[in-house]
Amino acid sequence: MTPVATPFFFYLLSGLALLGGILVITRKNAVHSALALILTLLALAGLYLMLYAPFVAGVQIILYAGGIMVLFLFVIMLVSIEKSQREDQFNKQWIGGLVGAVALGALFVRVFVRSKALHDLTGMPMAQLPEQSNTQEIAVYLYGNYMLAFEIASLLLLVAIIGAVVMAKKRI
Amino acid sequence: MLDYVTSYLRSNTTPGQAGNLLWAFIYIILIFLGLSVAVIAMNWLERKILAHMQVRLGPMRVGPHGLLQPIADAIKLLIKEDIMPAEADKSVFWIAPVLIVITAFTTFIVVPFGPTHAVTDMNIGVLFMLGVSSLSVLGVVMAGWASNSHYPLIGALRSSAQMVSYEIAMGLAVVAAVLMTSLHGNGLYGVAHGAVGDGTLSMIDIVKAQQDQHAWFIFKFFPLGLIAFFIFAVAMIAETNRAPFDLPEAESELTAGFHTEYSGFRWSLFFLAEYSAMIAVSSIAVTLWLGGWLRPFPTWLTGETWDLVFSLFPAATFLLLALIALVGTLRMPKHPYFRVQTLGLAGFAAVLALIGILLLLPPVRDRIQDIYWFSLKVAGFMYLYIWYRGTFPRYRFDQLMRVGWKVLLPVGLGVLILTAIVGVLL
Repeated sequence: MTPVATPFFFYLLSGLALLGGILVITRKNAVHSALALILTLLALAGLYLMLYAPFVAGVQIILYAGGIMVLFLFVIMLVSIEKSQREDQFNKQWIGGLVGAVALGALFVRVFVRSKALHDLTGMPMAQLPEQSNTQEIAVYLYGNYMLAFEIASLLLLVAIIGAVVMAKKRI
Repeated sequence: MLDYVTSYLRSNTTPGQAGNLLWAFIYIILIFLGLSVAVIAMNWLERKILAHMQVRLGPMRVGPHGLLQPIADAIKLLIKEDIMPAEADKSVFWIAPVLIVITAFTTFIVVPFGPTHAVTDMNIGVLFMLGVSSLSVLGVVMAGWASNSHYPLIGALRSSAQMVSYEIAMGLAVVAAVLMTSLHGNGLYGVAHGAVGDGTLSMIDIVKAQQDQHAWFIFKFFPLGLIAFFIFAVAMIAETNRAPFDLPEAESELTAGFHTEYSGFRWSLFFLAEYSAMIAVSSIAVTLWLGGWLRPFPTWLTGETWDLVFSLFPAATFLLLALIALVGTLRMPKHPYFRVQTLGLAGFAAVLALIGILLLLPPVRDRIQDIYWFSLKVAGFMYLYIWYRGTFPRYRFDQLMRVGWKVLLPVGLGVLILTAIVGVLL
């Protein structure tokens, strides 16, 4: 069976992700920005699929596109749009933004060059591709090797939930 | 070329796994056509059954017993004026119904109508279905917001809150069923070898696990499987916004909820999406708890005779339908005004009988069986949907939230924990 992970799909999905990202910051209407963000998240889910990580892709769709973004929209829809349209869209801090962008870009280039050099040196494949048992592998790592870290992370989320309830409710 | 076409027929997998694009395409077309027919039939059946429950006749004018009513409705919707509110957000208003239809139909890629009768089988089948169907709430929210009107906005807010909360209970029930796939062993209580192995999320493998364990998951670890199934059955009604949880479109308060401003073709897209989403979640329930394509009593009633008896069921169903249509033909009024209708109904009976006879042929019989049992189970759920709508009054919103968060969620967690304990200890 020929792999579906062709360069065409990679460029298509990355293009969609970038397009969504640009639309998020250029749209004046907050709901449009949120919808563009959903486009980006879905394109990223497609990229995860191309990396032979179907479980991560599925979780990305359920949690981010189907869960968190719905709550985002829920809040944004209640905000008065007329008011937000009259406000300045951009907070003009060109110097800070430029420095941040250049630093991040340099980091990406550095990581790419280093990993390519390493790859050329060792000749090892970039990543193992356990597609058929991907979900099972993740489960083994989460509940076996990294059990403690995983449980601590879930405890942190629990604290956040309780904190949110305490802050939102005056009388419990 | 011909070899490419026939090579798939000899293989023993789904077209997606065999990497055969042509057959995958054919399957997609077939499923699309089948779904459209199912939605049309469902439209007619719902009106008829609801009417009979309320001691009415329902549609009777267009065609014999109103059989052509859905077609007349479809034509009416297509040629209706397409109105877009002046203050609406044009692009979002346009995308919302399209998105909701796409999500409703995409889920059917992994629905297993038989061991090989699915477009493809994914490693994350159940997750894929839940994920894609959870995207449909975005369509509802977009439609409600883009209409720029009060009732749709309130409907959309209700809908997003409702669907996000019930997704959690639904997910817990699904996890309990997925957990059961890893607990091998025979019998209702899955006793035996203490073997706890790999579970699976793939739709086809979940049904195969039920086959290997000789128990549909609704009966496994009785009553744990039954409770998980019940949680899913309640949550799936809330997910599809159907009565008694149809608050997003509560007509007594919100006119028509999130699709108040939609008319004509766009509205028909919402209709199509609602019914295909109902079929989709019913397929998840059938696959996870009711043994998917497996026929009833596969372990008790074995042997060639029983195999033959059960393989005659599809043909028998169609012949029974033909008989009903024939009786209807004979009972039509003998007035010349009804002559065309009588002839039409007789023709319908003849077509049904022909299909029934076709299904008697051994090669057809063997291939169609899986699809028949799967569709029959899904049809049972569809009838339940109509029944609920005819029986239960609509919930209030605070009651709905209380049921979701304070009843279904804790019970779901309890079932999950108990399933794990029972599975490991017994």
